[in-house]
Amino acid sequence: MANRAARSLLSVALTFLGLTCVTFFIGRVIPIDPVLAIVGDKASAETYARVRAEIGLDLPLPVQYWRYLTKVLHGDFGNSVITSRPVLHDLLQVFPATLELALLALLIGVVAGVPMGVIAATHRGRWQDQVIRFLSLLGYSMPVFWLGLIGLLLFYAKLGWVEGPGRLDVAFDDIVGPVTGMVTIDSLLAGEYEVFWNAFWHLLLPASILGYLSLAYVARMTRSFMLAQLRQEYVLATLAKGLSPWRVVWVHALGNVWVQLVTVIALTFGSLLEGAVLTETVFAWPGLGLYMKNSLFNADLNAVLGATVLVGVVYIGLNMISDLIYPLVDPRARDQ
Amino acid sequence: MTDTGMTDTGMTDTLLTVRNLSVTYSGDDGDVRAVRNVSFTLGRERLGIVGESGSGKSTTGRAIMGLVGQSGRIEADEMRLGDTDLAHLGEHGFRKLRGQRIAMVLQDPKYSLDPVMSVGRQIAETHRTHLRSTKRDARRAALEMLEAVHIRDPERVYTMYPHQVSGGMGQRVMIAMMLIADPDILIADEPTSALDVTVQTQVLAIMDDLVRSRGMGLILISHNLHLVSSFCDRVLVMYAGQVVETCEAAKLSEAKHPYTRGLLAALPQLGNRRAELPQLQRDPAWMADLA
Repeated sequence: MANRAARSLLSVALTFLGLTCVTFFIGRVIPIDPVLAIVGDKASAETYARVRAEIGLDLPLPVQYWRYLTKVLHGDFGNSVITSRPVLHDLLQVFPATLELALLALLIGVVAGVPMGVIAATHRGRWQDQVIRFLSLLGYSMPVFWLGLIGLLLFYAKLGWVEGPGRLDVAFDDIVGPVTGMVTIDSLLAGEYEVFWNAFWHLLLPASILGYLSLAYVARMTRSFMLAQLRQEYVLATLAKGLSPWRVVWVHALGNVWVQLVTVIALTFGSLLEGAVLTETVFAWPGLGLYMKNSLFNADLNAVLGATVLVGVVYIGLNMISDLIYPLVDPRARDQ
Repeated sequence: MTDTGMTDTGMTDTLLTVRNLSVTYSGDDGDVRAVRNVSFTLGRERLGIVGESGSGKSTTGRAIMGLVGQSGRIEADEMRLGDTDLAHLGEHGFRKLRGQRIAMVLQDPKYSLDPVMSVGRQIAETHRTHLRSTKRDARRAALEMLEAVHIRDPERVYTMYPHQVSGGMGQRVMIAMMLIADPDILIADEPTSALDVTVQTQVLAIMDDLVRSRGMGLILISHNLHLVSSFCDRVLVMYAGQVVETCEAAKLSEAKHPYTRGLLAALPQLGNRRAELPQLQRDPAWMADLA
């Protein structure tokens, strides 16, 4: 057990090293001159050279990388040019907004996608399968910004079922102080139910749209995993025992499908946490995706690199979490 | 070739009667008749079904349990288990029968046990399904059943998962799982082919013991002529979905049908070195005269 923990820690360390290496390299090849971004294009050659030396760009690359690494390990990603605050501060503010969106989207994707995949597999070729496959395909091929705009037009502007862009109505701003940074959870913790419901109705539409996209993927994967399981001998054996087809599918076969779904769900969550740039832009959702987009458009190198490291860390974290979940769903993973 | 009622085998009463059973699979390329007009009866005895791959022996066994899949169609003039008419039984009726009156042991326990459920729970599950027992009663029954299949430490094995048990132990778990609800008939489809030679005999002995002491009928499906002739009371020989010969197991060596003779001739024998084993010569007439 200790051996396994040590090995997983080592692999995390190596992955992190690789990740910082890549971001550092991106920072060097990206056509943004960090010196020029600070001094402006009217500065003299001496000023340019002085600032260049100040931020250490005249040092050999390995030294620069070492400096970068030690800073990153201390949580120092430098200051953002746009917000002129430390990048870490910005990230800690935008990430919970994305996390909140991603969690609800994942919940929708899994709670609806898994049963849909199972039903499609057990009704292979029949109308249930056709409908579910059509819905999945639609989720795959529909441009998300278009879906977002149509959703806003229909459910917000026409029907008024949900709230519009942003996380809260202006009237509710600053009532609840940030604890987790996720407004719905913070408002519940503070007992501000009115704030909670306002935040919830703001959250529901973008989360549903992202949830629909994950649902399409989860349902498709579940269907193909389930079809493979239904061909296994143990399915015949459980039928021969006299179990109902319902129990054979939803207990035995699905129990085995979960083993494979862990990875699919972790990857889905990862792609949701990367920040859905288009969705966050359409819904003016102040999350990671919107932050990255703004940083990129404004050549805010520190912010871009910081956000990239964060996304990498998210994936490393998700990998660790799925490693912890595997033994729970698969007894074979407990013995290794 | 249809005189399957052999009175001299000592069977006291008939458990299962099958008359002109056919199984047809419909696919994109048309229909395939996997089993054609098979007739036999089963008493409290051990009946072997032998034949090469694709001869329809497994499908015959599965048809008796109504497990031929969605594309399979079962037809029979008569298929009767005690006073239950199997030929006109719907899926729901079959479900009540499976495990409780007819059970089946499959070839390889590595694949026929659910890998993510402990073996004890899988045994108890059969009990709970048919006897509507409480968790505790089902557990106790499963532990007793594990002991009945000669597992030394039932409490420990109960919590083990299929990947943690050996092939022989897995097949004993399978037998326990299938016999716990006290069925009348056990269909064993190649139950020892995936096992090491040393444990094959052991597993067969345990199965035989339980089947005898419970007064059950056993259908042993195998491609192994030696095994079937030494273990069973009677043997059906199948070829291309049909029964070509029925005989007493002890008299298998006196079989008359050219297909059976061909199979016997193709068996290697210890102490009798032959440069090459004869190849089975198939005669299209075997299918024609039975169709």
